[in-house]
Amino acid sequence: MLEIASVNSFYGKAHVLSDLSFTVQRGQVAALLGRNGAGKSTTMKSIMQLVVPRSGQVRFMGHDLVGLAPHRVAKMGLGYVPEDRRIFTDLTVLENLEVGRQPSREGTVTWTRDMLFDLFPNLAERRNNRGKEMSGGEQQMLTIARTLMGNPSFVLLDEPSEGIAPVIVEQMARVILQLKSEGLTVLLSEQNLHFARAVADVAVIIEGGAQKFHGTLAELNAQPEIRDAYLSV
Amino acid sequence: MGFFIAQLLTGLANAGALFMVASGLSLIFGVTRIVNFAHGSFYMLGAYVGYSLMQVLPGAVGFWTSILLAGVIVGLIGVIVEICVLRPVYRAPELFQLVATFGVILVIQDLTLMTWGAEDVLGPRAPGLTGVVRIMGEPVPKYDLALLVITPFVALGLWYLITRTRVGVLVRAATQDREMVGALGVNQSWLFTGVFFLGCALAGLGGALQLPKGGADLLMDFNILTAVFVVVVIGGMGSLPGAYLAAVLISVLGVFGVTYMPQSTLVLMFVIMVLVLMIRPYGLFGRPEVAGEHGQVGEPERPIKPAGPRARMIVAAGLALLALMPVYGSNFTLVLATDILIFCLFAASLHFILGLGGLVSFGHAAFFGGGAYVAALLVTYADTPMELALLLAPLGAGMAAIIIGWVCLRLTGVYFAMLTLAFSQLLWSLVFQWGEVTRGDDGLVNIWPSAWASGTTVYFYLSLVICTGGILFLRHAAHAPFGYALRAARDSARQAEATGIDTKRVQWAAFALAGAMAGVAGGLFVFSKGSVFPNELEIARSFDALIVVFLGGVKTLAGGVVGGVALEGVKDILTRFEYWRLALGVLIIVVVIVAPDGLVGTARKLAERWGILRGAEDGK
Ligand SMILES: Nc1ncnc2c1ncn2[C@@H]1O[C@H](COP(=O)(O)OP(=O)(O)OP(=O)(O)O)[C@@H](O)[C@H]1O
Ligand SMILES: [Mg+2]
Repeated sequence: MLEIASVNSFYGKAHVLSDLSFTVQRGQVAALLGRNGAGKSTTMKSIMQLVVPRSGQVRFMGHDLVGLAPHRVAKMGLGYVPEDRRIFTDLTVLENLEVGRQPSREGTVTWTRDMLFDLFPNLAERRNNRGKEMSGGEQQMLTIARTLMGNPSFVLLDEPSEGIAPVIVEQMARVILQLKSEGLTVLLSEQNLHFARAVADVAVIIEGGAQKFHGTLAELNAQPEIRDAYLSV
Repeated sequence: MGFFIAQLLTGLANAGALFMVASGLSLIFGVTRIVNFAHGSFYMLGAYVGYSLMQVLPGAVGFWTSILLAGVIVGLIGVIVEICVLRPVYRAPELFQLVATFGVILVIQDLTLMTWGAEDVLGPRAPGLTGVVRIMGEPVPKYDLALLVITPFVALGLWYLITRTRVGVLVRAATQDREMVGALGVNQSWLFTGVFFLGCALAGLGGALQLPKGGADLLMDFNILTAVFVVVVIGGMGSLPGAYLAAVLISVLGVFGVTYMPQSTLVLMFVIMVLVLMIRPYGLFGRPEVAGEHGQVGEPERPIKPAGPRARMIVAAGLALLALMPVYGSNFTLVLATDILIFCLFAASLHFILGLGGLVSFGHAAFFGGGAYVAALLVTYADTPMELALLLAPLGAGMAAIIIGWVCLRLTGVYFAMLTLAFSQLLWSLVFQWGEVTRGDDGLVNIWPSAWASGTTVYFYLSLVICTGGILFLRHAAHAPFGYALRAARDSARQAEATGIDTKRVQWAAFALAGAMAGVAGGLFVFSKGSVFPNELEIARSFDALIVVFLGGVKTLAGGVVGGVALEGVKDILTRFEYWRLALGVLIIVVVIVAPDGLVGTARKLAERWGILRGAEDGK
């Protein structure tokens, strides 16, 4: 469904992704693993065209995304959840969801506010609160819910478990599995294996912006030396 | 008591147009991050368009339809401007976009002149609302009462749009994080265009609504712009309630000011503003700017290298050519060259704080005109000889810069820019209104150089020596530790502080130095012209310098000089035509679109591409 082929991305003169390639199949939950600064967020941004790759291709359902405006990428069914959440702090929960709202799309779930409130009961209680009045965990839920309002068929989740309480991390894992059961494809980035083990089918490990491993989690578990070399345990 | 209430009502009525223009400016800035300098021009267009429509559409229905239509038409003109001028430059450095809006001001000024002529237009009276109503014995115009009712409705409608509709939600979201809004699937281009329509329509509506009170004239654009900046700074950029409150405050004070202190109405506005800023630096309802949002000028800076032997030779050859000018040039070219030299020093002084310091001052004319007036006043009232006056001019301008810098440097980015503009307007209004001393609009005349310097050739050499000296001095300061500290403060205030640089103090000193240098230019200017008028302090004068620095190139030290020569030269040619503003405006817009690095920056890039100059990569 998503194919990244020899992507090279830069920030100014800094070469951050070098010849990165991997694929994600429809219906999979893929984990993009790597240490701090490995280039996970840059990969996500290069898919969304928030960072435009200087060379290589990002093919989504057969179309090359490179050079498209980010809103076009989103319109094709890619939902992006940034690592720093970037919720609109002056807007209420309902208004945040409104910003994300897009028409329904064939072949994927059409989310309503009520469905999202079922998924994230905390948000329902705080629907009229402003973004800045919410806790880190609630903000994380809101940013996911906001993206789902766009009815994506493919969700990019940048470090969904970062900086939130363990209970909520568990809730996040349940949400991701539910998205999978609804037929969505997910690419999530993580720094350590723990969360990925709970939800992902396949793993891609990157280091210095280059792909070091691409396989199922079972394969990864069988090769502890890879884990030790590229991930902090 | 009755008189008091009548005054209050008039003040409130006056607030209407001001609020509409200010809220439009605020909205556009919030979403697009562009301070639309041409906003006053849209206000002016609204008045003229409304006037023409009222000539055609009869009666009360026609009158009000005309006002509404004027808003819509001006909004559509705004859309054209957004699509043709601003869209191509959204990706350019933010401050560069301002130059494009200066271009728009010039174009609109001349198009208005072409269409409606130079005569002031008397505003038609509102049918059915011509008389006055007596309130506690005092006459209050009926139309004022109508405005009093209309304004809150417009404000309410705007409030509804912003808080209750999807468009409003998107506008507010984009004000905070437009990239994220795009990543969620919203087409930003249309959001920008929509907001531009709304903002310009509001300005046009304001212009048309005040027709029965003030008519229409060609100076409306700059006149309202100052008031609007003051309102936005007091109310807080991006806040509608703030804009409303501040507009009421300024207008009511204005009305009372006219009654009780007719000499100082303009000054009063600024005093209030400074007071508010002392207590709330980001205005009544404003929020601090997110660091790094403004003042960024594109790709990372190349290290400024001391001039190589070849560059030195070119400069020396240029100077020699200039020095020999009396041999081959006519008297006229000498006068023009003197003008250009003076202007180059003025522009170079702005470049010093803008390019090196990242401090975008919109009011640099305060120091140029300030220096000019110091010299002129000294000659007029104390018979000071030229030599002494030329020394005291930069001293006076430098002192003004120390005081103004102290207030303005409390703020950053757009707020800093608007505050400097407001201060230069304050100085202008002081000179303009304090007629006993400054002779107001009549200016100070008969200020001639000492006998030995009175010949065109001698004065040219004097200017050549002083201006070249001044520019070289600025260049020297840029390479001295002071210049490095200034750049460090610009690039990362926190890092600079960590290495022990007192960034505010460095910036303050740079601001004072730049002010003093502009004062030198101002002093030279007075003696070359023999007179000075308030327009040397005007916004237009500040804009000249800004345009020059941006067109020349912010990043290159040569930018100020090359830009200065280019603008003065082009102006000299263009001003021979009737509609030179139109031509200049179009030229500016074209340069902004095709050469976003400025003339020098673009020339350098081209030269690198063609292999004439070594590039930055292999130049290390
Ligand atoms: N805006 C930027 N400008 C310049 N360099 C950047 C920028 N963003 C990231 N980098 C650099 O690019 C590299 C990859 O960053 P990226 O954010 O993609 O890593 P990451 O794997 O997401 O790390 P983390 O786990 O910390 O989120 C890092 O070396 C980082 O310093
Ligand atoms: Mg990251």
